Amino acid sequence: MTELSMKKNVSIQEQPEEERESVFEAQGVNLWYGQTQALHNIHLKQREQEVTAVIGPSGCGKSTYLKTLNRMVEMNPEVRISGNISYRGRNIFSRRFPVEELRTRVGMVFQKPNPFPKSVFENVAYGPKIHGIRDKQLLEQIVEESLKGAAIWEEVKDRLHENAFGLSGGQQQRLCIARCLAVEPDVILMDEPTSALDPKSTMKVEELVRELKETYSIMIVTHNMQQAARISDRTAFFLNGEVVECDTTDRIFSNPSDDRTEDYITGRFG
Amino acid sequence: MASSTNVSNLIAEQRSKSKRRKLEKLVPFILAGAASISVLTTAGILLTLMVETVMFFSEVSFREFFTSTDMQPLNRSDPSFSILPLLSATLLSTVIAMFVAVPVGLTTAVYLSEYATDKARRVLKPIVEVLAGIPTIVYGFFAFTFVTPVLREIIPMLDRTNILSPGIVMGIMIIPMVASLSEDALSSVPNSMREGAMAFGATKFEAVVRVVIPAAISGIIASFVLGISRAIGETMIVTIASGSNKNLTFDITQSMQTMTAYIVEVTSGDAGAGTTAYYSLYAVAITLFFFTLAMNMLAKWISKRFREVY
Repeated sequence: MTELSMKKNVSIQEQPEEERESVFEAQGVNLWYGQTQALHNIHLKQREQEVTAVIGPSGCGKSTYLKTLNRMVEMNPEVRISGNISYRGRNIFSRRFPVEELRTRVGMVFQKPNPFPKSVFENVAYGPKIHGIRDKQLLEQIVEESLKGAAIWEEVKDRLHENAFGLSGGQQQRLCIARCLAVEPDVILMDEPTSALDPKSTMKVEELVRELKETYSIMIVTHNMQQAARISDRTAFFLNGEVVECDTTDRIFSNPSDDRTEDYITGRFG
Repeated sequence: MASSTNVSNLIAEQRSKSKRRKLEKLVPFILAGAASISVLTTAGILLTLMVETVMFFSEVSFREFFTSTDMQPLNRSDPSFSILPLLSATLLSTVIAMFVAVPVGLTTAVYLSEYATDKARRVLKPIVEVLAGIPTIVYGFFAFTFVTPVLREIIPMLDRTNILSPGIVMGIMIIPMVASLSEDALSSVPNSMREGAMAFGATKFEAVVRVVIPAAISGIIASFVLGISRAIGETMIVTIASGSNKNLTFDITQSMQTMTAYIVEVTSGDAGAGTTAYYSLYAVAITLFFFTLAMNMLAKWISKRFREVY
């Protein structure tokens, strides 16, 4: 028994980063808005319990890529996509994989906090309710746990039934994260979640991301390179709709293999 | 340099002309005068109504008017005045109209704002709005010569004039109002709400029902209330198709007379000036006025009270 557990420990320690199970795998993804091609032949992996930061100048396709993963990008009727993306081995574009199921497993936090014009409680309970959970006690429990998970419980526990618009921008964004946690997703996609927040709120969200990666896989689009360096394990650099480079964050920021990456992170353009 | 000095001299010269200054001082008075026309008219109407209503209540008691059930204004030997039969007709026709206008108007609004493609919306919205441009006399005619006969096929006991048919047609008339105002309210809900809802795996319909409609509810309810106000004040359709029986009943197959239709009947010559029947017009009119005023104020209050700041 000792031997077995020893072996297990060893295997965990020695397991190289590369072997963590991949959650999302994009292969040769192209995307067009009408006639304009926004993504060119993307190959990218998102691994379990990792934070992947997606960086790049405005208009490089990083948000588009993120929204492709939960198929929100298709809300624009002009969008055409080719290539293949699999989520835990299942083709996300397959007819047998309903988009609602995908989006339940893959939560999303938006650039601008977008709470619903309802109470704090109703905002968090919304997801579970949509999926048929009616039991009041269970809902209360889910709401409390989700708000705690998003590190906002202490701030809102006395105003659960007040309108969410009364919260500050930073609180609203953490409420949106709580709303996302309430359906127990597997992956959380974050589209520049701190770009509308002040530095203090940004710090809180960053701390939260570090905590959340213990449980969830997170992909975060950001304009802020320090942020990418602070919170991510892996960084993908997008330019003109292509992935220039994707590697561990340490390597991208200390020793990138592509000149364009180096130019961008050292602030020579973008 | 030289030319710019010239221009500024010219401007200074023009500015000092007194004609221009006088006009500038007059403008606010002209504008205020135009604005006061509608205010004065409202005040004038209200004053006339009140004066004549006071005359009416010097002849008929308040209690008789609001609590008795008999309305026979033109009975020479024993006239009786009660607003209840008229009120019941007005309320019934309004309820029937809203039964038609609310579901159809709201679903139309949801379709136009949430489901229709841009192209479909561009074609459909003007068509829906054409309904609002049809003169009410045409609707009245339509109720009397088409809807009532069709309904009589289905409900044989329906009177030739009844409150059901004009109620339905009034509802059709109000659909564009409800649809158009509700559509405005729905489209002003920001897209981030829809995205937020659908990002958790809500279907489009779930997002619409649970997030978009609740977010737009103030505008939607305000459109209903304005629709009610429109139905209460509607005259031509009921005058033509609901008859002139001053019946206190809740049986929608019978002929009834609304407040508005009563005013039409009495003003078109049956009652001589100075008679009690003539004064009763004003008492009915002022009741009508307060009903629609209350509805319009309610609509305003609702859209203010429940306005969402996104």
